[in-house]
Amino acid sequence: MLLHDTALIFGRYARQTLRSRFAMLFGVLMPLLYLLFFGPLLTDLPLGSPGNSWQVLVPGLLLQLGLFGAAFAGFTIIIEKNQGIVERMRVTPVSRLALLLGRVLRDAAVFVFQAVLLVLAALAMGLRAPVTGILIGFAFVALLTLSLASLSYALAMKVRTPQEFGPAINAMTMPSMLLSGLMLPMTLAPGWLNVLSHFMPFRYLVDAVRDAYVGSYATAHMLYGVLVALGFSALSVTVGTRVFRKAGA
Amino acid sequence: MAIISTAGLAHTFRTKRGPVEAVRGIDLTVRPGEILGFLGPNGAGKTTTLRMLTTLLPPTGGAATVAGCDLATDPGGVRRATGYVAQSGGVDPQVTVREELVTQGRLYRLTKTQAVERAQELARDLDLAELLDRRTAALSGGQRRRLDIAMGLTHRPQVLFLDEPTTGLDPGSRADLWDLVRRLRDEYGTTVFLTTHYLDEADALADRLVIVDKGVVVTEGTPGALKLEYGGSIDATLQDTFLAITGRGPASADSAPVAV
Repeated sequence: MLLHDTALIFGRYARQTLRSRFAMLFGVLMPLLYLLFFGPLLTDLPLGSPGNSWQVLVPGLLLQLGLFGAAFAGFTIIIEKNQGIVERMRVTPVSRLALLLGRVLRDAAVFVFQAVLLVLAALAMGLRAPVTGILIGFAFVALLTLSLASLSYALAMKVRTPQEFGPAINAMTMPSMLLSGLMLPMTLAPGWLNVLSHFMPFRYLVDAVRDAYVGSYATAHMLYGVLVALGFSALSVTVGTRVFRKAGA
Repeated sequence: MAIISTAGLAHTFRTKRGPVEAVRGIDLTVRPGEILGFLGPNGAGKTTTLRMLTTLLPPTGGAATVAGCDLATDPGGVRRATGYVAQSGGVDPQVTVREELVTQGRLYRLTKTQAVERAQELARDLDLAELLDRRTAALSGGQRRRLDIAMGLTHRPQVLFLDEPTTGLDPGSRADLWDLVRRLRDEYGTTVFLTTHYLDEADALADRLVIVDKGVVVTEGTPGALKLEYGGSIDATLQDTFLAITGRGPASADSAPVAV
């Protein structure tokens, strides 16, 4: 039943995405701009990491794409709440977990698709990385977007208007991006900033993907990255489901 | 045998400014096949009661059974046996009528083929057949309302809850909707539980009225009995009767002597 319902909800929102292909491409614009106009600045800089500058920057941009995209996923549910769509579905016997999972799986699919576009552009710009490493990067994007989209929907169920939601999300995403070293590795940072960044879960993800992009898979970074990504997903989906299950909002 | 019965059903919202007792204790019974008008001033707790009876909002007090299923222990059973049409409807403006109807069937666990057939059947029944491939944003108010109701009828529920079903409709569409509600009861034996602010609607449609105010049932009865008791005469308007009951207008004592 859960599978049936999740597939059904996924299908509904996947069709919604396909109806607005422009919006789907638009999401990749910001990281693409960084790639084009920021990436070339780094090529000759000492970044204190193995591999060339693209192997450092592209993992960060992938997670930035996931971070900013998925954190705002909840916007759509605020609109659907006001149109009565959420309650209309909640009075049917459909699984509450599926109402969340169908949506976040759609989001994960969209952002992995955008990540593929970004990596293709990066390859044209000069990125060279092992295929396995690139695939691992996509897996991290999927887990990150799954988690953040769950939390975003949970928050969106609690607030009434987009005006409350937008600022709250902005206040969380900007520091998250800066503190996890998505643009430049945190190893360049002074001690206090480096320490602070270890409190950001995304820091572990980006370190793991950077290792993957230089072909080192059996590292401490990778282990922590995988553990944090899985733990964060489990936590976020649990929070999300609880909110969807309880009447709330 | 009642199809809906509630005892002390209550909901208190916790807000930043302290608890708000939206529904203080509703006791009512509804018989199978009845059209029940659930009336009350704004803020009386009508929608909150409806949201509890449809499992959207857990009660904070009291108990209820709907179609033989206990609200607290068998919400799944309640969901399978009831349909709910909210004030705001609940269709995506970008989606076609057909897709919404089929999805709704699938949410009620019909197979794909069954859902497609049921969508066509509902469209025929509710005069939506010509509109199946239109996006719901392109429907008129009356067509939209018929679609909302079709969605609520997808699984042939025993009980249909309608929250202010004719608000914003033109007189012709309202009359059509009344016919539809009567037809549901006559042909399928559906029990209809509806809220409305239009007293002519309640008068024309409902077999029995339950009037709530400040979160409790203040009185109930057939429209005629209530007019006689509170309006002073069987010829009193339901408007005056309602105002007399909820204490927001001329008291019945003032209007009573006219009939003597």
